[in-house]
Amino acid sequence: MNSIWIITKRELASFFDSLIAYILIVLFLGVSGFFTWLSGGDVFFSNQANLQPFFGIAYWLLIIFVPAITMRTIAEENRSGTLELLSTKAVSDWEIVVGKFLSCLLLMMITLAFTIPYYITISALGDVDHGGIIGGYFGLILMSAAYISMGVFASSVTNNQIVAFLIAFFLGLFFQILFDIISSSFRGAVGNTLHFLSFRSHYESLTRGVVDLRDLLYFGSIIVAGLLFSTTMLTKRNWKA
Amino acid sequence: MAIVVENLSKNYDLQRAVDNISFEIKTGEVVGFLGPNGAGKSTTMKMITGYLAPTTGLIRLDDLSVEEDSEKVKRRIGYLPENNPLYTDMAIVDYLRFCAQIQGVKKTETTSKIASMIDRCGLDKEKHKKINELSKGYRQRVGLAQAMIHDPDVLILDEPTTGLDPNQIVEIRNLIKELGKEKTVILSSHILSEVEATCDRILIINKGRIVADGTAENLREQAKGNEIVSIQIAGKDGGVDSEMAKKLLTDLASVQTVKIIDKKENGFQIQSKPDASSKRAIFDLCVENNWYITEMTGDETKLEDVFRKLTN
Repeated sequence: MNSIWIITKRELASFFDSLIAYILIVLFLGVSGFFTWLSGGDVFFSNQANLQPFFGIAYWLLIIFVPAITMRTIAEENRSGTLELLSTKAVSDWEIVVGKFLSCLLLMMITLAFTIPYYITISALGDVDHGGIIGGYFGLILMSAAYISMGVFASSVTNNQIVAFLIAFFLGLFFQILFDIISSSFRGAVGNTLHFLSFRSHYESLTRGVVDLRDLLYFGSIIVAGLLFSTTMLTKRNWKA
Repeated sequence: MAIVVENLSKNYDLQRAVDNISFEIKTGEVVGFLGPNGAGKSTTMKMITGYLAPTTGLIRLDDLSVEEDSEKVKRRIGYLPENNPLYTDMAIVDYLRFCAQIQGVKKTETTSKIASMIDRCGLDKEKHKKINELSKGYRQRVGLAQAMIHDPDVLILDEPTTGLDPNQIVEIRNLIKELGKEKTVILSSHILSEVEATCDRILIINKGRIVADGTAENLREQAKGNEIVSIQIAGKDGGVDSEMAKKLLTDLASVQTVKIIDKKENGFQIQSKPDASSKRAIFDLCVENNWYITEMTGDETKLEDVFRKLTN
């Protein structure tokens, strides 16, 4: 547990040292702020004191931002050979993967924390549905975690950051919209399964303030699966073929 | 910490990189892996560090198995991989702190360990620089420092002096020698003089097998053939008939063959019979004939020759 935290701290520090963190925060606030307050379809237009426009745009921002921060996690270490050095220190492959996952998740949480003034402002403007907003943030964190998990996996299969980005983006697209679109052309069990696999329905119920165990299990399984697959990619070098 | 390797093999897909090697290294020994590129030196080292699992075979450090107690073993090994990969965006001090923490150095000792490593590896002037601002020699020192930060019993150094200038090479060699007094050290190289200068024992590896094992002296002894002496002579008033001299030299009891290598300067290469030395007899002969010996050198078997003979 201690080793995971040491790795997380180092990764997080390197996000801030390399400016990635600042760029991420500024862009995320800029784009989400524009669509929430200024774009025309914003909170003033809807005339309701809620943050639905923000949660709507954040849903789309994650699919770009998360692969951008996860793409280097393992791919870069693989390329430069530092992964070999790290693996020969007293840490397991699982600890390496989880450490990197947590550092990205913390970075996303810090970024989301900068949008809390939106919440404060909106609650000063009228009666807000606190449950819905807290649920929405919770949903964003869960969804980021799921994307990060996929992104770390994408980063573990290659030593090229751009390939890692594209794989993560492509995987993300399926969960973001493709499953949803494909599901509409199927009926019955197949359609329902595909619909269930899509992020949208789970996320939307969270932004309404409904925390359902099924949604938690859904995101939890994606996260765990991504982490296990990444660990497997690292452990693969030791398979006795 | 003693290292025992038994019947170790490693296959990469269809290629066999390490082929059934066994050896033992005692505590406090400095052992050099010597071999041409692609001989299996690095692969063997990676297996000892636990980075790669062997296809077959066993590696033990004292009574710990590298595969089964990997966590414990990793804490007691310091490793400098080939090409010295480092987190180049970190400052030296931060990087060393990270390595110390992850290797489980106690919090109270971390700062003093870092200070002593910086001192020992000569990094004092550069310690607040980022690693990507350092020259290759300094990076190599950082690599050594990170390998030693947790005071490991075993040090594994894969080509520790590649890319260094001659002064730096000497410094690193001295450092390794000093470390070798208390630790078990394995280093690899394809530079013979380096291995000879730093190691107590040499393992020559070729095509995944150990082809020679011993001290530099031993290996030379093994490869040594008959004594070979090169001489140059001159007569009292100039010339010597080289054909006649050759005949007289060949007639000496201990001499097997004589070759004229320089007719003008009367240079000869004289090979003695097995286990015999002809140096004294040659001297006596020259005295008898009133020749001056202007040059006499014994050809020593070089480690290079041993190496070439074994790996070609």
